[in-house]
Amino acid sequence: MAKITLDKLRHSYMANPSGPQDYALKELNLDWEDGGAYALLGPSGCGKSTLLNIISGLLVPSEGRILFNDKDVTQLPPDRRNIAQVFQFPVIYDTMTVFDNLAFPLRNRGIDESRVKTRVEEIAAMLDVTDMLRTRAANLTPDNKQKISMGRGLVREDVNVIMFDEPLTVIDPHLKWKLRSKLKELHHRVRATMIYVTHDQTEALTFADQVVVMQDGEVVQIGTPVDLFDRPQHTFVGHFIGSPGMNILPCDLRDGRAFVAGHQVSLEGAVTGSSGRTEVGIRPEFVSLGATGLPATVRKVSDLGRHAVVEAMLGDTKVNAIVEGAVPGQGEAVHLTFRPDQTRLYRDGWIASEQGKAA
Amino acid sequence: MALELQAVTKRVGQAVHIKETSLVFEPGRFNVLLGETGSGKTSLIKLMAGLDRLASGKLLMNGRDVTGLSPQKRNISLVHQFFVNYPHMTVFENIASPLRVAGLAASEIQGRVEAAADVLKLRPMLKRRPHELSGGQQQRTALARAIAKESTAVFLDEPLANLDYKLREELRDQLPELFAGRGAVVVYATSEPAEALMLGGMTALMQDGRVTQFGPTAQIYRRPNTLVSARVFSDPPINAAPATKTGDRMRLTAGAEWPLAGAAASLADGPYTVAVRPHHVRPMHAEASEVKLTGPIMVTELSGSESSAHFRLGEDTWVSLAPGVHPFEVGAAHAFYMDPANCFYFAPDGALVA
Amino acid sequence: MRKVNQKGWLFVLPVVVLVAFNALIPMMTVVNYSVQETFGDNVFFWHGLGWFEDILKSDRFQAALGRQAFFTFLILIIEVPLGVIIALSMPRKGFWVPVCLVTMALPMLIPWNVVGAMWNIFTLPDIGLLGYFLNHVLGISYDMTQNPTAAWITVITMDVWHWTSLVVLLCYAGLVSIPDAYYQAAKIDGASNWSVFRYIQLPKMKQVLTIAVLLRFMDSFNVYTEPFVLTGGGPGNSTTLLSIDLVKIALGQFDLGPAAAMSLIYFAITLFASWLFYTLMTRNDVK
Repeated sequence: MAKITLDKLRHSYMANPSGPQDYALKELNLDWEDGGAYALLGPSGCGKSTLLNIISGLLVPSEGRILFNDKDVTQLPPDRRNIAQVFQFPVIYDTMTVFDNLAFPLRNRGIDESRVKTRVEEIAAMLDVTDMLRTRAANLTPDNKQKISMGRGLVREDVNVIMFDEPLTVIDPHLKWKLRSKLKELHHRVRATMIYVTHDQTEALTFADQVVVMQDGEVVQIGTPVDLFDRPQHTFVGHFIGSPGMNILPCDLRDGRAFVAGHQVSLEGAVTGSSGRTEVGIRPEFVSLGATGLPATVRKVSDLGRHAVVEAMLGDTKVNAIVEGAVPGQGEAVHLTFRPDQTRLYRDGWIASEQGKAA
Repeated sequence: MALELQAVTKRVGQAVHIKETSLVFEPGRFNVLLGETGSGKTSLIKLMAGLDRLASGKLLMNGRDVTGLSPQKRNISLVHQFFVNYPHMTVFENIASPLRVAGLAASEIQGRVEAAADVLKLRPMLKRRPHELSGGQQQRTALARAIAKESTAVFLDEPLANLDYKLREELRDQLPELFAGRGAVVVYATSEPAEALMLGGMTALMQDGRVTQFGPTAQIYRRPNTLVSARVFSDPPINAAPATKTGDRMRLTAGAEWPLAGAAASLADGPYTVAVRPHHVRPMHAEASEVKLTGPIMVTELSGSESSAHFRLGEDTWVSLAPGVHPFEVGAAHAFYMDPANCFYFAPDGALVA
Repeated sequence: MRKVNQKGWLFVLPVVVLVAFNALIPMMTVVNYSVQETFGDNVFFWHGLGWFEDILKSDRFQAALGRQAFFTFLILIIEVPLGVIIALSMPRKGFWVPVCLVTMALPMLIPWNVVGAMWNIFTLPDIGLLGYFLNHVLGISYDMTQNPTAAWITVITMDVWHWTSLVVLLCYAGLVSIPDAYYQAAKIDGASNWSVFRYIQLPKMKQVLTIAVLLRFMDSFNVYTEPFVLTGGGPGNSTTLLSIDLVKIALGQFDLGPAAAMSLIYFAITLFASWLFYTLMTRNDVK
């Protein structure tokens, strides 16, 4: 297992990039602890696959270095980096049995057969596939195939990092849940450094100790799932994480006080910086309906079983609120209250309010 | 303009793909088919679209028997999981293609294509070709074609499955409004319970080629008719455990017991299955009436706003899902609480009894 | 009653008519000839299975069949591995792909009799480029009109030149359909080039390879034009393959009965061997 360091990493697919817009991956400095669980999260085209390919060695970055345990591996090909990767579509060797599939990476490295046997059986037990060891891998269901591809990464004791490239894409939702917790459990047991790439916030947040959120080739925030949910550093993170995402409402700032659609909203704390476009960010979880507050009209109510999402119009602005219990009807006039300690201010997209000292 | 299935079945060789199914899909609201991969959603859609032949039964569209009619004559649209567009045509031509086939006047085509493009925000892309579009735009083109065609029935077979998470959320939010007031019967297949809830309308639950329950979405979520239906319409999976009723008390094989009230109290003594949704199992005590369940924690997950814990309860693994951050220790025993009022009781044959 | 669309049959009809016209009817004629004796003037006598017995027992038939089988064996053993190797070494992306594909397809575009004539001239000892080079530059005595071994080498080389491309193109199609992830995974798993071939490329090529082997078997077993134009079956009878012998009997000697019986035996052998190949090669696909 290894610590991973990304040092002034930058990548462009063009031969002579002339400006920041030509970089698929903008400058990045990062330290990942040995044995941690990390996720790269972002929409397609955000640069997360580029970063993954750089770490696995399929791509050499145009600038910067990548270090495994302080050793520079920037120029090394994938097979000399001691990494494992699980792909979007399960890669298995059709003609082999499950046992042979799991044994393949070990046998290729000349490990003796008795060791191969114990190791494969150990991993098979962890993955709950012991009873399938003798079947041909081609006949497995997609989720079991994906388990086998994970297993091929786990059998090796020398891997520096195991990478997952949207591994649950082809898995049915009810099995996704199972496989995800299996993965989490495995991480707990083997303590390998794992990097998980996905566009699905739930997968990223539930799997990782630390999530890297990316947009347009740029890292917007690195933090724990709680950080990302609680205090998004950028409106993109607020919008991208959470379902529905954070309400981002245009606001006017007068004497350090924020006004949304003409009504004052109390913020979590003092406002920093000046000028620029300002917005208030509040998660639907912290918007409540009541007798007092900002007057709005209910546009739509979606009953999601556990709770309802109420979509209300505050002037021309749409505000989502998560409501448990009784919900208002469509077209009804309501009053919205924002929980002050959860109300953030953003300036040109970036956070511009301080925690604690209420304004 | 309803679409009615009367005792429809489908067989391939000896295998029964769709067991006898009778349903009525009304226009003007969303009809969702919810089930796992292989549960028969696509088979059923193909039958309704006329792409496959029924083994028996009848299919009525607006009261008219269309059972043997070819898809071309049914005035329907089908949007697939994979983005199906003509690669050599512009977006405009793609949307216009069914209208050209129908032989509409050029001005009429122009109007309808533009109207559909406006609804789906494709106006600036009308001159582009599919390969120049993002996945979301390609799928919007396919949807625009279905809208411009003004079909009697629109079948959407997991149309959002290949899109990014946020994009999916956005398009899903728009879909019901998109088809509202068009008078078409809309049938939407998905394998995600959350998606069914967000779309609302009516939902038909499918399992093994059979529709197990059909009704207003939120209503069948709150009252599944069988254990199978409860499992199909649950993500994360519903917690279930064997239990025995003796007198006015229900006792889980795994240990906990509680007094019964209401309909459950009048049940005959004997074995039952108790089921409760993960968000009704909380890691903290709130009310006196709550039942305490204790088990070792296997896995924990934290999604920013919610924590979940998988714990062992007798022979079963249960899941607790609660807002906020909770410090769980994997391997250690932890107490969880549920309100018996949130429990479903199923008879040994799987039917909901209380 | 339910209306079921029966129009589908109309679409099959042309094929049925066509197959009847160019396969079934001629074949029935052959069957008809094979059980009769004729002395010309359209007068026929019933001969039962006599011709079949004669043919199967004749040394001439057995020798021709032996040569035919040997020819096919050599063709398969050379062209299939060679085709696979060439397909593996072809680039899978970039500028050279179309160049390679067109080059590969070229020999197959040349009419069969032209191929025979080309190689005939090419290998003539005095004026042919190859023949002259071998005899007068390298000093190797080579004349396929005199030496049976030289004739065989030439016939085989010609067929390899003409038809290996078919195997190459089919295998190549199988190879390009393998997603990159498989190669990346194999790299990461530390697989050798041989393992990549054995466990990824070969299994993925298997279907097209089955088709390639079948096509090459049938074509080479029924080959006529090219070797006939090249050697005429000589020197002596050394390259008289079954097909060439058949034509000699049927059109050279006008022995319609024996020729018909022979072609039916020929047909049965081809059919049986094709079935055998197919069954053996697809056996493992069924669970």
